[in-house]
Amino acid sequence: MSVDRTALIKKLTDANGLPGDEGEIRNIIRTELEGHTDSIITDRLGNLIVTKNSGRPGLHIGLSAHMDEVGMAVLRINEAGLLTIGTFGVDPRLLPSKIVSIGKDKVKGVIGTKPVHMTKPDERERAIDLDALYIDIGASTKEEAEKSVSLGDFVYFDSEFVEFGERKIKAKALDDRLGCAVMIEILKSDVKTPITAIFCSQEEVGLRGSAVAANRAHVDVYINLEGTVSADMPSTDAHERVTVLGKGPALSLIDRTSVYLKEYINKIVAAAEENGIPYQYRATGAGGTDAANYHVAHGGTPVIGLATPCRYLHSPVSVCDLRDYENTVKLVRAFIQKYGNSARAES
Amino acid sequence: MPINTAVLKKVCEAFGPSGHECQVREVILEDLKGCYDDYQVDVLGNLIVHKKGDGPKIMLAGHMDEIGFIVTYIEDEGFIRFSNIGGFDPFMLVSRRVIFANGVQGVIRSERLENFRTELSQSKLYIDIGAPNKEHVEKLVKVGDVAVYSASFYADEYKVMTPALDDRVGCFIMMETLKQLKNPKFDCYFVFTTQEEVGLRGAKTSVYTVDPDYGLAFDVTGAFDTPKALKYSMKMGGGACIKIKDASVICHKAMIDFLTKVAVDNNIKYQYEILDMGGTDTGAIHVHKSGVISGCISVSSRYIHGDAEMCAQSDIEDCINLTVKALETGI
Amino acid sequence: MDTKKFLMSICDASGVAGYEEEAAGLIKSAFAEAGCETSIDKLGNVIALKKGRGKFKVAFFAHMDEIGLVVINLDKNGFIRFSQIGGYDQRTLLGQEVIIHGREKVYGVIGIKPPHLTPSGDAMKSVKMSDMLIDTGYGEEKLKELVNVGDIITIKRKTIELKGDVVSGKAIDDRGCVAVMFECLKNLKDFNHDADIYFVSTTREEVGSQGAIVAAYGIEPDIGVALDVDFAKTPELKPTRTCEMGKGTVIQMGPNIHPKVFELFKNAAKDNGIPYQVDVMTTGQSGTDARVVQISREGVASGLLGLPLKYMHTSVECVAMKDVTNMGKLMSAMIMGLNGKDLEEQLCL
Repeated sequence: MSVDRTALIKKLTDANGLPGDEGEIRNIIRTELEGHTDSIITDRLGNLIVTKNSGRPGLHIGLSAHMDEVGMAVLRINEAGLLTIGTFGVDPRLLPSKIVSIGKDKVKGVIGTKPVHMTKPDERERAIDLDALYIDIGASTKEEAEKSVSLGDFVYFDSEFVEFGERKIKAKALDDRLGCAVMIEILKSDVKTPITAIFCSQEEVGLRGSAVAANRAHVDVYINLEGTVSADMPSTDAHERVTVLGKGPALSLIDRTSVYLKEYINKIVAAAEENGIPYQYRATGAGGTDAANYHVAHGGTPVIGLATPCRYLHSPVSVCDLRDYENTVKLVRAFIQKYGNSARAES
Repeated sequence: MPINTAVLKKVCEAFGPSGHECQVREVILEDLKGCYDDYQVDVLGNLIVHKKGDGPKIMLAGHMDEIGFIVTYIEDEGFIRFSNIGGFDPFMLVSRRVIFANGVQGVIRSERLENFRTELSQSKLYIDIGAPNKEHVEKLVKVGDVAVYSASFYADEYKVMTPALDDRVGCFIMMETLKQLKNPKFDCYFVFTTQEEVGLRGAKTSVYTVDPDYGLAFDVTGAFDTPKALKYSMKMGGGACIKIKDASVICHKAMIDFLTKVAVDNNIKYQYEILDMGGTDTGAIHVHKSGVISGCISVSSRYIHGDAEMCAQSDIEDCINLTVKALETGI
Repeated sequence: MDTKKFLMSICDASGVAGYEEEAAGLIKSAFAEAGCETSIDKLGNVIALKKGRGKFKVAFFAHMDEIGLVVINLDKNGFIRFSQIGGYDQRTLLGQEVIIHGREKVYGVIGIKPPHLTPSGDAMKSVKMSDMLIDTGYGEEKLKELVNVGDIITIKRKTIELKGDVVSGKAIDDRGCVAVMFECLKNLKDFNHDADIYFVSTTREEVGSQGAIVAAYGIEPDIGVALDVDFAKTPELKPTRTCEMGKGTVIQMGPNIHPKVFELFKNAAKDNGIPYQVDVMTTGQSGTDARVVQISREGVASGLLGLPLKYMHTSVECVAMKDVTNMGKLMSAMIMGLNGKDLEEQLCL
């Protein structure tokens, strides 16, 4: 099981999917879910909407996670064959001295910097401006570069899935392929309740996929699955750590886009405690998720926010603890088992 | 065994800025009488003390010189302008008392500056010995005269606090080692070097004379256990420091491993030292001829190059024990 | 062995200044297999000798050490504080994957604080190396068993190929020139030269060329040529301070260089149609092994050849294989040109 599980996370995180370019992720998910669903559709924005156990009795549960990740795109190709870049959600301080993959053909390029020998000390105290960074693919002219890459090609960090330390994994895009993996596991399991699972597009650029998916789906309660911030380094004050790796899935209380209903927080806490599953609260009011769209959908739908803690979110070296992921899966299952048979009115 | 602070006091109180180590040399020679087979003093003033042993040749080096000041110009009003011998932070110097070789004392002050914090530099400082004018000053102090901090030596049951701990404590460790040493497995050359603070110059000539197979220096290093200190691991009281690197040398793995093994086998408290700044005689020794396998044992000290350099007596003891055992064990 | 393959394999190996063993092992066996007498001296220099008629000695020095990081403290919860050996731009370290060479090789990453802990002004500042942490994913106790203060850390980087026969990775400074020596050795395979040729892969260049100091002393060469990487032009650099990638070897001139050695290389290039560039060291003494080789013992006729390299001291240094090949050619042409000549005449000032 554990081998399959890490293989699944590896497959999902090694694949590339910038906002609007989630095709590779959709294909992996479709393949994974073959034979486990009633219907799978891709909507106009690239959301993948999956149903299972349609028409069965019980609480209709909505699951959601986003497929897209942060990254970059080719903005210009200059006369020397170098590519300037725009970013979607990536801190430009992470770019120097990295290998990247460009476009569908995954052309390799590097982002170098001025040799340290030619920098002044005060210069090294300032971040390098994004406009001063560029990708070198080895081409020496514009024409040569254009044979391999085009304007608008999406650019990804070359960062492979790695297992390390005590049950830790490092990968890019843990936010939110972990959520996608949880949903795949649930959909492939023997759950009996009706489920609508939404693999969203374009979360990172303004919760755009879920804005339309929320209008299409009609469910009784959503569980929105995320990878969330952990700042549990020794240099961070305890009250600013948000979540701590290894302490279990994090429950959302409030963020910039939603106030989570206390009643439903209590429900999932009950499911956790009855099953001895560790959990923690997400100790911040910052951030925003697709819950923003779900909780105001139709006449209003309850949303539970559940997330696996990740260090260095939005970087090529995000880190999570596999045990937290496993407990997230367990907790979703426990919730479905506890409340799935109840009709909405009773719940 | 507690350390002999009386000897340490004598060594620390001797006057000896770089290039003027004669007094220190005399104190050391006097104290070591009868402990060695032979000694010589070279042109740069290095004291090379030979203790015969059966084994490869090792050069032990601790520097006798301390940082100081040299008079460059005397103003008509009697204020003394000076240059530095070794590295100083000008902010650390303001209001320090200094003493010349003849015992005359003065104080370092700064010219009045519009903005002290941004404008202060060595060239704004002067020594005031209180004499009314140049003519009177020159009866006591002349251009070219040298001075050092004039603070006194202090020791209690935990610590030692004194100017010139850098590197008289290294000399002291070598002296006590030489006194305790029985049947060394090295042919030992204890070299009390000169002019370390100005560029490891004494070590350079003495290693040429000794031409050793192995090199081992003794010096102070930083202690990073004070409030908000940088995150280096060395602590005062943390045991003998086995140097891994500083700005002058990356020590040989063979020497690091040897010293570590001796410490572990003899239950001697030790810690590893990594420093990005600073240098020590090892820097000159390890590049002699076709290379000399070298290392360094350091005393983790606070407030280096101030007039209250401080270290733990237990660390000095650990360093002595480690050195004695290392020399008696053999590599 | 193919020179490119050799270059890529030695760049993947670790060999931080003072800790060159892993790279040294690969280099030593490659030169031995190619027919050299090889030895390693006290400071770890790999010395490969291709014997000639023994009339005089020519030594090439390319440093095999790379810059790296070092553990200075183990912090709480399995995090590591580190400093550097040699000079990084701290701005190239965020988000890097690293290998800590402890009791075993331990994987880690250099993380970044999340945005909510980064006040908007801070995004303009670089993160100080002293504030960075390596995350090993281990708990405190387990990490203590695996890692100690002083353990070396390298950036985990597999060398890759780019378009245009460009190779990119870490440590191409200066293993690119070790590969050049290997290429030169292959060119000289069936040639009997007057000189005994020493191919020296030196240690500790990044911290002061201590390796070259003792290697030059031991070898006592008549001609000593340092081979090192040179700044190739990129948009942010001044054209007056850079060379061009893909346009051939940079033959350096200046007080640090014996003028006749400079001439020997320039003529070898001209006579054999090998592309080259000339640059003048305006600093008086070079930052390379050439600085110490020149003043070894009673003096050495020194030379310095530069291999154009982009993005020096990052983990994505780029070199054009064409430059590697041409530099190897230039060196072997120079050696061949010395045959039958009187050395004193050649070097007479």
